[in-house]
Amino acid sequence: MTTTVDPVTRPPAAGAPNLTRSALSVRRRVTNQVALGLIVLALFVAVIPLGLVVWSVLSRGGSVISWEFLTEDIPNSFRRSGGGVGPAVIGTLIITGMAALMAVPLGVLGAIYLNEYGKQRPLARLIRTMADIMTGVPSVVMGLFIYSAWVLLFDARTGFAGALALACLMLPVIIRSTEEMLRLVPDELRQASLALGARKWRTTLTVVLPAAISGITSGVLLAIARAAGETAPIVFVVGVTTAPNWNLFSGENTALPAQIFRNASQVFEPAQERAWGSALTLIVIVLVFTIIARIIANRFAIKER
Amino acid sequence: MTTQTQTGPDPKTALSSRGGGPRADRSFQVLTLVAGLLVLAVLALILITTTREAWPALSEMGLRFITENRWDPPSNVFGGLAFIYGTAIVSLISLIFAVPVSIGIALFLTELAPRRLRAPAVTVIDLLAAVPSVVFGLWGVLVVAPKLVPIYQWFNDVLGGIPVIGSVFGEPVGSGRSFMTAGLILAIMITPIITSIAREVFDTVPRADKDAALALGATRWEMITGAVFPHSFGGLVGAVILGLGRAMGETIAVALIIGSSTQITANIFASGNAMPAVIVDQIGESTGTFTAALIGLGVVLFVMTVLINTAAQTIVRRAEIRMKGARS
Repeated sequence: MTTTVDPVTRPPAAGAPNLTRSALSVRRRVTNQVALGLIVLALFVAVIPLGLVVWSVLSRGGSVISWEFLTEDIPNSFRRSGGGVGPAVIGTLIITGMAALMAVPLGVLGAIYLNEYGKQRPLARLIRTMADIMTGVPSVVMGLFIYSAWVLLFDARTGFAGALALACLMLPVIIRSTEEMLRLVPDELRQASLALGARKWRTTLTVVLPAAISGITSGVLLAIARAAGETAPIVFVVGVTTAPNWNLFSGENTALPAQIFRNASQVFEPAQERAWGSALTLIVIVLVFTIIARIIANRFAIKER
Repeated sequence: MTTQTQTGPDPKTALSSRGGGPRADRSFQVLTLVAGLLVLAVLALILITTTREAWPALSEMGLRFITENRWDPPSNVFGGLAFIYGTAIVSLISLIFAVPVSIGIALFLTELAPRRLRAPAVTVIDLLAAVPSVVFGLWGVLVVAPKLVPIYQWFNDVLGGIPVIGSVFGEPVGSGRSFMTAGLILAIMITPIITSIAREVFDTVPRADKDAALALGATRWEMITGAVFPHSFGGLVGAVILGLGRAMGETIAVALIIGSSTQITANIFASGNAMPAVIVDQIGESTGTFTAALIGLGVVLFVMTVLINTAAQTIVRRAEIRMKGARS
């Protein structure tokens, strides 16, 4: 606060300006208090929905979840109760895993180009800007892209098409977060390695990358968590199935977000229950990735010099 | 890898052979460059393939694709004005709610929060961003929408009689799936992104400016309006536009909540539809020109979001450069 001076410790000298809070006009004091109150209120306005969502999902999904729910096949009618979402759990894991397998190496390599080779060259700056723009491309557009470039071309909805869409969504996020981490690696490490006679590629792979690996891993895990919850591309690129499909390249597949989406708009109680159960499963998966990312980032952060 | 060949103890060879020779260096650089160029390639491919697939519908409808309000797949008429209107109105509602809240949170985090409170508050906002949008959609359609109907009814009862305002607060739809509900849920979802950028922007305000304002006897709020806001106005505009881009592209939550009816109405309590929601709802059972039209909506959406994001990036970057100039 502006004036925290205790009046007692301050002998009132004649003619000295009164600096205590009471000297402020009522209007200024009230405006200040009201505005600060509103700012704190804003935080609560954001916290309340989060609490309500988590509570709804926990209370309604918690009663549904069991080992059977996580492993059994999906009933072929929305009306039927019982069964589970096993195929969707499998689908989410293998589709997201495949997407990570494609996007992570490419994203890290792209980031290496930006930070180690391109730096401030026009091409590198163009790629940086375009990566930022690509981050903002709606997931439904990315789904349409894969739909028109892959699904219509081969006339087959497969898990791999979904993985491609998710990989496209993850790529710019991984590039930007990895570049951010590579920038934190002190230049002395690079110079020391080069002075020892290591070539640049070796320096990059054995010195720079290991130094930044915790930050990179944390960024990658956050990107994977985000991708696992993406729904729009999955819904129309991957197709539908009620039985587990371990093959990404043939046959339709399904994933948890798609199950939530399909079941949420049904009026039948069993379908809604499956939606809540899937939502809880998905949130747990996403949360596990997010928490691991945080722990890695905090535990092994690069000590800034 | 120790390929100490017959050349003997020539120090030059020994040094270069450890790194695999200059060719390895060169090919590694090319490899990284290719990965970087992939970003440009994907963006270009998005535009090319989607436009090609959408062409039958776009060429047939021409400009009427975005100016006509008639979406009639059986008779091959595709005028998507109602969906563009829905996207605009829902994004607008979400911004009206999300912007003040986000700026408030960002101010709290940068100017007010005690150090101990800052980390947990940031975690909460991060968690808000981590919840998948489909979960918000599920919560919105099954829990929130029905509960909001009485509140909408109250607004309609109180304000419905007034000439112009009354048409905005019209008769609420029974399920609660409306522009307003979709906008509210979207607001929750775009709050984290606006907050994080607003925080970065506020962090660039020079310490000296804030101290100077306080030293002149300003209250905390007067310091914020006098020193923080003028400095960060440009960046805030960028943050809001970026939030708008997110809101426009958000698909699943809106698809579940907006109510899927093709109409243009001022009544924010009525159900409507939005571009991404239409795509995801209808592409499953579409064929031929219908599919092309849906992909065409995607092209329109892509172009709009790219323009908006580019504008936002430019504004934020320009504001940052100006801030850095001010700091030194």
